[in-house]
Parts: sequence; C-alpha cells; structure tokens
Amino acid sequence: MFRLARQLAGIGVLGLNHRNAEYTLWHNPRKLYPLVDDKLRTKELALRAGIAVPELYGVVEGEYQLRNLRDVLKRYSDFVIKPAYGSGGDGILVISGRLKDLYRKPDGLLIGQEELNHHVANIISGLYSLGGQPDKALIEYRVHIDPLFEAISYQGVPDIRVIIFLGVPVMSMVRLPTRTSGGRANLHQGALGAGIDLATGTTLTAVWRNDIVAEHPDTGSPVTGLRIPDWEDLLRLAANCYELTGLGYQGVDIVLDREKGPLILELNARPGLNIQIANRAGLFPRLNLVEQSHRNLHGVEERVAFARTHFGAHA
Amino acid sequence: MKRYHLFILALCLASFGVGLFLYKALVMGFPLAPRAISDIWNIEARITFVARNAPVKVSLFIPRNTARFAIMNENFVSQGYGISTASKDGNRQAVWSIRRARGQQTLYYRAAVRRIDAEGPQVALTLPEGEKPRFEGAYLAAAESLIANIHAQSADVDTFVKELIKRLNSPQPDDNTALLLGEQAAVSKKVKIAVQILGHAGIPARAIQGVRLEWENREAPIIHWLQVYEEKQWRPYDPITGDSGVPADHFPWYRGAESLVRLEGGDKLQVTLSVNVQEEEAVRAAIETGRIKSPFLLEFSLFSLPIHTQGVYRILLLIPVGAFLLVILRNVIGIKTFGTFMPVLIALAFRETQLLWGIILFSLVVALGLSARLYLEHLKLLVVPRLASVLFVVVLIMAALSVLTHKLGLERGLSVALFPMVILTMTIERMSIVWEERGASEALQQGVGSLIVAALAHLIMTISYVEHLSFVFPELLLVLLAGTLLLGRYYGYRLVELRRFKALVKEEV
Repeated sequence: MFRLARQLAGIGVLGLNHRNAEYTLWHNPRKLYPLVDDKLRTKELALRAGIAVPELYGVVEGEYQLRNLRDVLKRYSDFVIKPAYGSGGDGILVISGRLKDLYRKPDGLLIGQEELNHHVANIISGLYSLGGQPDKALIEYRVHIDPLFEAISYQGVPDIRVIIFLGVPVMSMVRLPTRTSGGRANLHQGALGAGIDLATGTTLTAVWRNDIVAEHPDTGSPVTGLRIPDWEDLLRLAANCYELTGLGYQGVDIVLDREKGPLILELNARPGLNIQIANRAGLFPRLNLVEQSHRNLHGVEERVAFARTHFGAHA
Repeated sequence: MKRYHLFILALCLASFGVGLFLYKALVMGFPLAPRAISDIWNIEARITFVARNAPVKVSLFIPRNTARFAIMNENFVSQGYGISTASKDGNRQAVWSIRRARGQQTLYYRAAVRRIDAEGPQVALTLPEGEKPRFEGAYLAAAESLIANIHAQSADVDTFVKELIKRLNSPQPDDNTALLLGEQAAVSKKVKIAVQILGHAGIPARAIQGVRLEWENREAPIIHWLQVYEEKQWRPYDPITGDSGVPADHFPWYRGAESLVRLEGGDKLQVTLSVNVQEEEAVRAAIETGRIKSPFLLEFSLFSLPIHTQGVYRILLLIPVGAFLLVILRNVIGIKTFGTFMPVLIALAFRETQLLWGIILFSLVVALGLSARLYLEHLKLLVVPRLASVLFVVVLIMAALSVLTHKLGLERGLSVALFPMVILTMTIERMSIVWEERGASEALQQGVGSLIVAALAHLIMTISYVEHLSFVFPELLLVLLAGTLLLGRYYGYRLVELRRFKALVKEEV
C-alpha cells in the first residue's frame, strides 16, 4: 500500500487532499467562487470580455415565469435547460427537437410541457445546487456536435476540459459521452476520457471506467490520434479565462460547435483529478514547473507557447 | 511560514492539553480510569406487583447506617402511596400503603451509599433480645447432638463457629446435619440453621442479607452471611468458607431471616436490587477524602454544573471525538458519506438504541422513507413541500415502528424515536437524488459508507475510557483539535485514491 503511494507520488499524481490544500484553497480566493459557481455570471463576464459562449435564450428565476415558459420556448426548436448553480452535469435537460406540443430529448424520449415545467421548478428550488440554495434555470443554445466527434460520442456533446494554472494550460482531455453515461460528459458517470497532447491537440489513449481503451465502447470508432482543429485558438480561449475570473487553478470546459467553433461552456473552481488518468500523467510536476516560471510569462501568447513546448506528449 | 504557524499552533494546543491533563491526573489525583475506586454507590430496590383493587401495604427492609457504610440521599418513589419508616428488631423498614390500588404497581427505594474507612472493632452497645430459637422433637435431638460434637472439637466461640460452618457445608454431612438442613439447602437456609444452632448453644448470632457493591449490576443477587456476637462485638463469618470477616464490597441490607419485602393486597410480587457506582461522584469523593488537593480547578470544571447538565456534557463532549474520527475516515481513508456530520449524529442515536438495533432501525426507516420519496417523485412536487412530506412520512414511520416493536415485545424498538428526524429526512432526500442522478450503486455505496462511519463512531464513542477521559479531562480535546488542524493540511493520498489511480502505476512499470 505504501509502495503504491510512493509510486504514485513518484509520477506526480495529485491527490484530492493535496489539490485542495495547495491549489484550490491557496490560489482560488473564496470570493471569486460565485463567478464560476453561478453560470449566469460566468456567461455575462465572458460576453463582456468578448469570449465566445453559447447564446443565452432566457433565465427562469421564479415559479411565476413557468406559465410563460411555453411561449418563451416557442421560438426555439432545440435548446438546453441547466441550473445556474449545478455541478457535475446534474440537472441538465437537453431538448433536441419537437413533435407537436412535445419536446424530444436526444435519446428520442418525448416529454410534455408539464414535465418540462416540473424540471425547471426543481432547478429553481435548488434541487441540483450546492447546499440546496435557490437557483435559476438557464435556457441556452444547444451546441451542435462537430463532425469530428460524431463517430465517437453517444447522444451528447463531448467537451474539452483544460486545466489552467496561473494562466498556463497544464493538462487537457476530451470527455466523450457513452451509453452508460446517459449522454453526459462526466467521467464518473461513465463517460470516456481521452487525454490530449497539449503540443499538437491530438488525442492520446482513453480511459473508460478505470480501464485504458482505444475505441469508443458504443460506436467502436478509434478515439486515439484524433486531431482537434484550431488547437492553438482553443488553448488561447481557455488561457484567457485566468484574466476573466482571477482563479489561479481552474478547469475550463469548452465545446466545439459545428458552426460557431469553440465555446466556453463553464468554468470550474474545483476541477476533478480524473484528467490524470486520461492523460496517464501526474499533474504535480507540471504545476510545479508553472509555479516556478509563470512570472516570466507575459500575455496569453507566451503562456500558451510555454504549455505547448513543455507539456506536449513528447516533451 | 503558514506551515510553521500551523505547527506551532498545534503544538501549543497539544502541549497545553497534555500539560493540564498530566497536572490534573498526577498532581491533583483525578481518576484516570473510569473504574477508579469510588466510595459512593447508588443502590435501588424496585418492587413490582399487581394490586387487587384493595388496600395495599408493602413493607421493605431498608439499610441503615453501619460502621462501614453511611446511607445518603434516600428517596422513595411511589405514586399516591403513603410512606413511613420504622425501626424493627434493629432493622429499618419502609412501609408503603394505599387505600385502593389496581393493576401493575411499581415502587422504588433509592439511596446513595458511601463507604467509611473506619478502622477498629464494631462495638455492639446492646444485645438485641432475639427470640430464642426452638428446635422440636427429632430436630431438637439432632441439634443438641451436633452442638455436643462441635463443642468437643472446638476451643472457643471462633473455632465453634468455624467447625459448625464446616459441617454445614460438608459434601457428606452426618445424619444430624442432614436432618437439620434438609435436602439441597441454599446458603440462606444454612445461615438460618447456623443462627438457630448458635442460639441454642447460647452464642448470640444473626443472619445478614446484603448485596455486593459492584461497578454496575442491574439485578444484584442477595448474598448472605453470618454475624456472631463475640467479645462484645459482632464478627462476620462467611457461611461457605467459615472465614471470619467479609470482603469490603459486601454491603449489609438488613438482618434476620425474614424476606426482604412483604406485600398485602397484591400478587406477582417481584423485587429487583440494583447497584452502580456513582461515577461523577468518584471525583467528588476523591476531593472529599482529600485526594484532590486544590479544588480550585474543580470550581471551574464541568463538575461544578448541576448533575443533569453534566449528563448532557458527558454526551456533547463525545461529539468532537466522533468528528475527529470522521475527519480521518473522510480525508485519509476517503469513505463517502451523506452529509458531513450526519454519521456522528446517527452514532449518538446508536447510544440509546444499541448498535445492532440502531443499524436495523436506521436502515428500515431510510428504506421505507426512500420508497415513499420515490413514490412522491411521480407527483412532481416542489422541493420544500416534498421535503416536508418526507419528514411527515419519516415521523409516521418512526411512530409506527415504535408501536409495532412495542406490541412485539421488542422494547429496543421504542428507541427509534431518538433518531434525529430532520437528519434522516435530509439523508433520504440526498440519497434519492444520488440514486436518480448517479444510480443505485452510488447511492447504496454512500448509504453503507455513512452507516459504517456511524457504527465506527459509535464504537469509539462508547468505549468507557473515551467517555470518562473526555468528561473528566476535556482538555484532551485540545490535543484532538491539534490533530484535526494538522489533518487539515494533510496532502497525502486518500486510501481510496490509491485504488483509483492504480491504473497509472501499472502502465508506468
């Protein structure tokens, strides 16, 4: 047991206690948390800074608004409803189409207006929020999956998670929804995680339920060696979030839209550690390196260049 | 810098805690172990019977002050009964009486007993005028023959008594002894016969009925011994071994061969004697006898609080111990639980329900509540009304369980009422959400994790040493606090993370 711990420490795997004590507690001031915990504020902040995000269709803050919900939604054939304070992908409802008065979910199931309203009411009353505090429901643009990912996603939209430490991208992975994850892009719910070579934007091996895999479990298509387009732009977009929120250690979730390109989906002040498994590498040495040299890096360009030279798969 | 700060703080807290602890334990003589010898016991006689709807009179022998023990704080608990105490043949007797009573009746006599370390002989001022016991017919002949035999083989009263006891306890008694004792005589019978024979031989003797002052015994048996008047004092004899003197823990309740309780106007009489050490008094007794030198610290300690409040703190001071355990289990081991401190509160409830019953009742309430919650899910209710409904259901389930287990005669089931209802409700709500969002296995995992943590916390919190130390030496909690603070900067892996990241190592090697 102690040998295992030593081996993990040897390759610099970051544990939860260590992440909390040294990184999130130290580099993420508590007062900045609301910026990322409230997705509405994140969105407003990003829009002001000119960072691309999915378009906001509407916000439901009180139950009285439920009566008009049908009219508000009339204009959109597909959309996403999510809690502003949600975490871990909980409470997100995706509507991919309509059939008369019914809404169609990506898995083909149809739900009525009443069921949709109930879901929104649950969100508002804080069912999915941290600590059950009253919440808001955001209705926003549904991201259309990039053709690149079509063969390796099941129903949902994959997202790209980049860990940004002091403005420098340190590790990245793409999370692919599977049948077991119910179309959600969360590793602990059974999504597939593939590490990304920061230098080139090419996917490395993937992890699914603690196992190393090379193909998507549902579609059978290979998930390694995939090249993500405009990788440098994407990294720049992610690295910009440091100035946006001021959080030293954050996880940036980006989706690739077919028409609109990379969009910031959400920011996370306590990003998970599974990314290490997907990349089969420890975070600790990279974080250390950034801590030593970030003072010499000025501007997004330099930070991204630093990441690409030092944190590539063959660096 | 921040790390030194923490270490210094932890060091200060720990050394202050340990220092005060050592001072109290070594210099002031506070008892370290919960079983430190105490001089005060609570004794209780519980009398139950069924009244016949007629006048009832219950008389109970009660202890009196002796040279070795003092009786303090006597009280009689009885509803509607008149109570009087009187002396009778050198005994004290309490008499409860009532004009009319019906159904199950319970009466209590309670007192505290304090041992007096009085050395020296017990001088009997007057010899009670006992009725001279009479043997008749064959018994008279047997007794006289036995007395003659023993007389021939003994030199004085002491050897006479010892020889008599030896004969009474012989596995193959001679014919005379056998006739007097009858078949399979109990100790009480032997004592009675010994008193009669000694009386016949002109040696004043009496039977003593008492109890052993143990740490705790809810059904203390009555023990018997013999006292013989010799050289102007009563000397005790063990009726089995014949040794003179009785152990220090033998507490005399009354004298004579009569039964402890007499009842008129009722049936199904039962008497239970119980004994337990008065623990909070263990420290007080230590002060009174001068073992704790300066009572200054005591004035500002938990012992200065009223007894009832002390009882509350006895439990409250255990919560930090449970919390410390929780920190270890969550941050070092990595067990997932519902709610941060929920397991500690459940563990407190386990104190009353006992572990096994606690787990059964907890699982039952949560399982039933969860099914109600899953049903409510279909009705699409708003969150707060739904939570309130689950709370209703939880309370009703608890009431139903109490009634059901009571009817089945499982008294433990009643203690379900002690579970924190709101905590249970929140647990059910969280569990059902996790169930829906993450699947049943995750929900059960967290549920079982919570139960395991609660059970462990319960086991730790009920160790009598832990209870004693945290109450008598609350400063030790500062040491735990120091440990908790240090754990707050524990960077190492959690035990479950080793398993989670194991794949990483395998690939590397």
